Amino acid sequence: MNLTLKIWRQKNAASPGCLETHEARDVSPDMSFLEMLDMVNERLVAGGQEPFVFDSDCREGICGTCSLVINGVPHGSRKGTTVCQLHMRHFQDGQTITVEPWRARAFPIVKDLIVDRAAFDRIMLAGGFISVNTGNAPEANALPVSKEIADLAMDAAACIGCGACVAVCKNASAMLFVAAKVSHLNYLPQGQAEKDRRVKNMVLQMDQEGFGNCTVTGSCEAVCPKEISLDFIAKMNRDYAVAVVKGELKKSAAGGTG
Amino acid sequence: MNFLMKIWHSSLGKKYIMGISGFVLVSFIVAHMLGNLQVFLGPSWINTYGQLLHDNHEILWPARIVLLTMIGLHIWSAVKLRAENRAARPVGYAGDPAPLASSYASRTAMMSGLIIAAFVIFHLLHYTLRVRAVNLTNMDFSTLRDSAGRPDIYLMLLLGFSKWPVAVFYIIAVGLLCLHLSHGMRAMFQSVGWKWTFGGVSHLPDRIARWFAVVIFILYTSVPTAVMCGFGKAYREAAVQQLSAGAVAEKEVAR
Ligand code: FES
Repeated sequence: MNLTLKIWRQKNAASPGCLETHEARDVSPDMSFLEMLDMVNERLVAGGQEPFVFDSDCREGICGTCSLVINGVPHGSRKGTTVCQLHMRHFQDGQTITVEPWRARAFPIVKDLIVDRAAFDRIMLAGGFISVNTGNAPEANALPVSKEIADLAMDAAACIGCGACVAVCKNASAMLFVAAKVSHLNYLPQGQAEKDRRVKNMVLQMDQEGFGNCTVTGSCEAVCPKEISLDFIAKMNRDYAVAVVKGELKKSAAGGTG
Repeated sequence: MNFLMKIWHSSLGKKYIMGISGFVLVSFIVAHMLGNLQVFLGPSWINTYGQLLHDNHEILWPARIVLLTMIGLHIWSAVKLRAENRAARPVGYAGDPAPLASSYASRTAMMSGLIIAAFVIFHLLHYTLRVRAVNLTNMDFSTLRDSAGRPDIYLMLLLGFSKWPVAVFYIIAVGLLCLHLSHGMRAMFQSVGWKWTFGGVSHLPDRIARWFAVVIFILYTSVPTAVMCGFGKAYREAAVQQLSAGAVAEKEVAR
C-alpha cells in the first residue's frame, strides 16, 4: 500500500516545528506502524536526508516508550493498543496520516517526535514507592490481601506510563497516570505506611509540573493502551481528600531519639 | 487557614470547591423547583409560600448570601481551572481534536455555564427585582396583589410566562442547566471520589446524575409549558381586567 505521511519535524524545544509531507511507498500491511516509519527513515537516509526521530523500545506494548499521535489520537484509534502494536492493515491504501508528538507543556519536545517525559519520573520519585524490609524475601502469604483488592491493584499497576492520557486530554492533565500509580500502591497492604503522604506528594508534584486539571471527559480512559479506568481517579480524589483532612502528623519533640 | 490555602492551591482542591459549591447550588435548584411546582396547587398555596419566604428575613438573607458565595466560588474555580488548562498545552494538534469518548455536555460546560449565568441575571431582574422593562407585559409585577392583599406570585408567574419569548428563553436556559448538570453532577461525584456500586448497579452516582438532569428538566419546564397551553388563563384575564378597571377608576379620581 502507498500512504502520504505528514510528520512533525522540529529541531529542538527552542525552535518552532512544522508538518513535513512524505510519501511512504510499498508499505506491507503486516508492518507495525513503527516498522513503516523505520522504512521511511531508511529511504530518507539513503537519499541523504535526515531521518525523523521517534521513541520506541520493547515494540511489544509493555514498556510505554512509543509515543505517537496518529491522526489526532495518541497510539492511533485501535482500542487498547500501543502504536508499536498498531499494524498497517488498519489503514487504507492512499490514506493521508498525520503523525505528531505528545503535546503538553510538561512534556517539552526534545526533537521531532520525541518528548521529554521526566515529569512522570519526578512524580514517581515523590511517592510512587513503598518502604520494604531488607533481608530475605518475606513469606508470600504473610500479608493477607483479598482477591478483589489484589485485582484492582493489578489493574492500576497495568499502567505503562506512556503519557497517552496527557496527550489526549483536552487539558493535558496527568490525572489518569498519577491515579493509577497512587491507587496501585494505596490499595495494597504494602502501601499503607505511606498512603497519605504518597497521594499528597504525588499530587503536589503533578501540579508543579504544569499539567492541566481533570474535567472528567473520559478521553484518557478511551485511549489508554492498558485501558486504565477513570474510577482510579475517583479513588485518588478520595484518598487525597482524606489525607488533607487528616493533616500532618505531630512531630516528636525528642526527634525519635528517646 | 493553611488547610484552606492548601486546598485552593491544589488542582484537586479546586475541583472539590467546584463540586461542593455545585452541590449546594443543585440543592437550591431542587428547593426552588419544589416552590415553583406549588403553582399547580393554586394561587392561595403559592402566595402563602411566597409570603412565608419574604417575611422571614433571618432565613432569606443568610440563604441569599450563601448562594451568592457559592456562585462566586463556582465561577472563580472555573476561571482558575480553565486558565491552568489552557496553559497546560501551549501548542495544539493539527486539525480539530477528536472528542474521543467525551460527552457533549463535558466539552461545553463552560459555555452552558456562561449562558446560565446570563439567564440567572435576567431571571432575577424579571421575578425578584421585578424590573418592569424586562417582563414584556408593560405591567409592574411588584404591585400585583391577590384578594388577601399579599403579593400575587401566582399571577406574576402566569403573566410572566404568557409572553412566549420569556417562556422560550426560560425553557432553553433550563435545558442548558440540565445539560450542565448531567456533566457537572457526574464530575462532582468523581471529584469527591464517590463511584460505588450499589445493589449490583455499577457507577450508581453517574446514573443518578443523568436521570436527575432529565427529571429536573421535565419538572421545571412543566410550569411555562402549562401556562403557554392555557393553564390559569381565566385567572389571568380576570386579574388583568380588574387591573385596567382599577387604573381607569384611579384616573377618574385624579380628574
Ligand atoms: S515500544 Fe514499548 S510499548 Fe511501544
